Amino acid sequence: MFSRIAYTRLAATMLAAAATLLSPLAGAQDKPIRIGLVTFLSGPAAGPFGVPARIAAEAIAESLNKGKAPAPHNSRGFAGSPVELVIIDEAGGATKQVAEFRNLVQRQNVDFVIGYISSGDCLAIAPVAEELRMLTVLFDCGTPRVFEEGSFKYVFRTRAHATMDAVAGARYLLEKQPDLKSYAGINQNYAWGQDSWTDWTAVMSALKPDAKVATSQMPRFGAGQYGAEISALMQSGADVIHSSLWGGDLEAFMLQSTPRGLYRRSQLILVAGEPNLHRLVGNVPDGTIVGARGPHGLFAPKSALNDWLREIYHAKADHYPNYSAYSVAQAMLGLKTAYEKARLEKVQKAIPMGAAPGVKEEMEKAYMPPTTEEVIAAFEYLRFDTPSGKVSMQLGKGHQAVQGTAYGTTRQVGKEIVIENVKYYPMEQVQPPEGQSSLDWIKGGMKPGKW
Amino acid sequence: MSQLLAVLIDGITYSSWLFIIAVGLTLIYGVMKILNIAHGSLYAIGAYTAASIAGHWLAEGYAPMGSYAMILLSAVLVGLIAGPLIERGLLRFMYGRDEIVLVLVTYAVFLILEDFVKLVWGVDPYFLFQPYGLLGNFDIGGLTYPNYNLVLFGAALLIGGALYWGLTKTRQGKILIAVIHDREMAGALGVNVGRVYLVTFTIGAMLGALGGALTAPMISVQPGIGVEVIVLAFAVVVIGGLGSLTGAALGAIIVGLVRSAAVHYLPEVELFSIYLVMAAVLILRPKGMFSAAEARKI
Amino acid sequence: MKRDRTVAMLGYALVILLLAGPFAPRWAMFLTNIALCYGIAVLGMMLLMRTGLVSFGHGLYFCLGAYAAGTLEMLFGVSDMALMLLAATVLSGVVAAILGLLLRKYREIFFAMLSLAFSMILYGLLVKSSSLGSSDGFNVTARTLFGFNLANAPYERYVIYAITVICAFAAAVAIHKYLASHNGRLAGAIRDNELRVEYMGASVRNTIHVNYIISAVLAGLGGALAGISVGHVDPVMAYWTTSGEFVFIAILAGTGNVLAPFLGAAIFETIRSFAYEYSPNTWQMTLGITMLVVIMFLPGGVWSLFARARKAA
Repeated sequence: MFSRIAYTRLAATMLAAAATLLSPLAGAQDKPIRIGLVTFLSGPAAGPFGVPARIAAEAIAESLNKGKAPAPHNSRGFAGSPVELVIIDEAGGATKQVAEFRNLVQRQNVDFVIGYISSGDCLAIAPVAEELRMLTVLFDCGTPRVFEEGSFKYVFRTRAHATMDAVAGARYLLEKQPDLKSYAGINQNYAWGQDSWTDWTAVMSALKPDAKVATSQMPRFGAGQYGAEISALMQSGADVIHSSLWGGDLEAFMLQSTPRGLYRRSQLILVAGEPNLHRLVGNVPDGTIVGARGPHGLFAPKSALNDWLREIYHAKADHYPNYSAYSVAQAMLGLKTAYEKARLEKVQKAIPMGAAPGVKEEMEKAYMPPTTEEVIAAFEYLRFDTPSGKVSMQLGKGHQAVQGTAYGTTRQVGKEIVIENVKYYPMEQVQPPEGQSSLDWIKGGMKPGKW
Repeated sequence: MSQLLAVLIDGITYSSWLFIIAVGLTLIYGVMKILNIAHGSLYAIGAYTAASIAGHWLAEGYAPMGSYAMILLSAVLVGLIAGPLIERGLLRFMYGRDEIVLVLVTYAVFLILEDFVKLVWGVDPYFLFQPYGLLGNFDIGGLTYPNYNLVLFGAALLIGGALYWGLTKTRQGKILIAVIHDREMAGALGVNVGRVYLVTFTIGAMLGALGGALTAPMISVQPGIGVEVIVLAFAVVVIGGLGSLTGAALGAIIVGLVRSAAVHYLPEVELFSIYLVMAAVLILRPKGMFSAAEARKI
Repeated sequence: MKRDRTVAMLGYALVILLLAGPFAPRWAMFLTNIALCYGIAVLGMMLLMRTGLVSFGHGLYFCLGAYAAGTLEMLFGVSDMALMLLAATVLSGVVAAILGLLLRKYREIFFAMLSLAFSMILYGLLVKSSSLGSSDGFNVTARTLFGFNLANAPYERYVIYAITVICAFAAAVAIHKYLASHNGRLAGAIRDNELRVEYMGASVRNTIHVNYIISAVLAGLGGALAGISVGHVDPVMAYWTTSGEFVFIAILAGTGNVLAPFLGAAIFETIRSFAYEYSPNTWQMTLGITMLVVIMFLPGGVWSLFARARKAA
């Protein structure tokens, strides 16, 4: 038996359904979803990370709007509404980024923000996103501090944090070279380089306590000249050299160290080397161990989504997407999945009992877009498909992605560098379970947690 | 022992590089009293131009040795175009203004050129690594060094020597020194001060570009390389004494050796070794190591 | 002599900013807030410039103030905004008093360079301090104000804004009075000719030292307010480019009046903010060209436009 309210609801539904049927392009769906995209367009991080992310984001937005992405992301835009990107440069430091974030939200009126490569920016933005109630997806920054030191409702990170770099890297290295005696490091003297080295030494002393640290070189960011560091590394005679250098610094270091024969003696492991490989042909010794913090870029398993990303990216650039392109893909597809799930859930909940057949389908199309809170509810603990495989939002109370990762070694074939001996590590082996800080987990022997 | 040798060799190489990037700065300051922040942009433009021209040369399959000539040519080109453009087009309207205002003017030029570089070359890095390995290596004390280090060292000696000879032994150099000491008096005696400034700035710009062009084979040429170089070059010339050629050489040697020693013995302090040296030298010798005494104006 | 209307104008500005705050769009309020923080630091810079000195290292105090405010909770569990600001000013003042002993002997480019070296050393130390978040910095929250709850309250942003406005007003009035005082007038005399000042029996070095401390305190206050407003501090605040921005704004605005630094900071922030949005690839060029135009055509800074207008009136 229908109550009066149910009748009214049904009538409204019918009206809405009729409206959808009458206008082929329904009004509500025409209004684009505006997404602020913050990524480095200038400075040293633009080339290896910022611009590939921008190219990928633009390619993905175009392809999604045409409904060309493979399943399960084959609906047009976000649940039928086209997406529109508002792109902002991440350069300039945290203070400027906080101001720009406020402008993006309050002046540009974006619906969501995807952004931030620098960990400092991520840390600074998270509380502001909370204050402004803006659903913000951090797409690339690595520091575990974001969700280990804080707890956020409006902030998500769709990429695994940096702990896995050292954990999986050391596991891979020790499988390859179980009897190594000493290791050295060259890392930039700022948060990322220091954290990488701290993680690395912690993991190594847990997994291989008798190996010694030969030397730790800490050139400043953007040093450019590594002559003295290379001499010191050569004289240290370490079996392994660990490096988290990236971008131009990594390239300069490789250009200066390879001709000097540093790698005749030492095995090199580059935890953030993947984005630069295609440029370093001829300057990376075969057998260098590289990772990409997740099965991204050259490590991405073959799938329809992966082929799709490679194809649409390649159409806009002369090379294939690197790991930051995959990270931005994860952010966009994660947000899309959450958005569509929220919408569907809301529509399903709204169905009046015993509604006439056929109304439900029409309502799903015609219903109003979900609110930010509804998208958040759908986003928490979400599992979704990406070009790098499945991603689960397991940590940080459902706000931080976890993923397995992979390492491999390089080999130059003709004018290309290929990755071989790839080994995948499942997610419980390379990152701490909820409630433990990364460093405590490493020091405690990296016991796989329950997921 | 072998470590000490490594410290020396690495230190001298780094010093040579520092001298090359700083000498143009000290020349311009000495003559024109302008602390040229845009020096960093000229360095970057030099590096980009070299990467483009020499890179094109190599890509076309011409004799690889010719790439060194292309590097030189790039520096000369950049100097000849950018120098007069900045000096005639902008700086000459500013002479007589406060020293700090002039610094700000060059800072504005620096900002403009940073984006200019981005508009011309984009944000993707450029490579020109072939000239670095072309000359082979030498072994000493169990370590391998590229012969390109010798190129840097030779270039530093050559530039220093040429400037010294030019300033002290030629007529033009003597005129220049007259202008440095008293611009108005030199002008009154018939020296074309405007031309002296134009030539000095052009040479200074050329040297800045040469620093970038010679560095290009060792690095990945990318946005932002200019910023890093400015403060380093400042530190070197301030330690040596602004405007002094000998000072720049000595400043480069001190900074180079200190940094190299830090890397080998105390890698932790490398980050601010240069600023510690700079603060220490300025505390002990408030105007740097080599600087002429100035009369106080009453 | 014309009647001095500066204090009255500052008073109008205070009232207008306080009243307009709740009605302005929130991004505009934040923009004004940050501009005022920079303005306070530049006000200190202006005092130094009046004395004939330019520091390329004032970021030292800006950063020191911000870190003093930010670490208070970490070290002593104190997160009252008033105490945070107090800590910032005291620490900046003390450090400036010590470094001033050395710096007061330096002039011109050497003063600029030695200050630069000090600020870069602080930058290096902070980047090395992993307990302070290294180059990533850390987040700062002012939880209370005079014991009243502040964090996460709906009026949080407005209160921080209002405090910044009041601090800026107080600083501007104080500096204005100081510049009119005996010591303040010595500043200009020192810039013009030190020897004459000495012959008059005044101590050049003491005056410079005092002015240096005042300017450092202002930079520290600005930095602490900026840290609290942004909610985050990092070592870039001590990097030479931050100090460069202060000099940039000071020259852009001119040193004619205590209102100028705030005007300059507002112009600077507005240009930067809109240039970021409308020409993300050429915002530096926009800033550079603006700077050149001002230096070329308005040697006294943007303020000279107002001064001229007032004279004409």
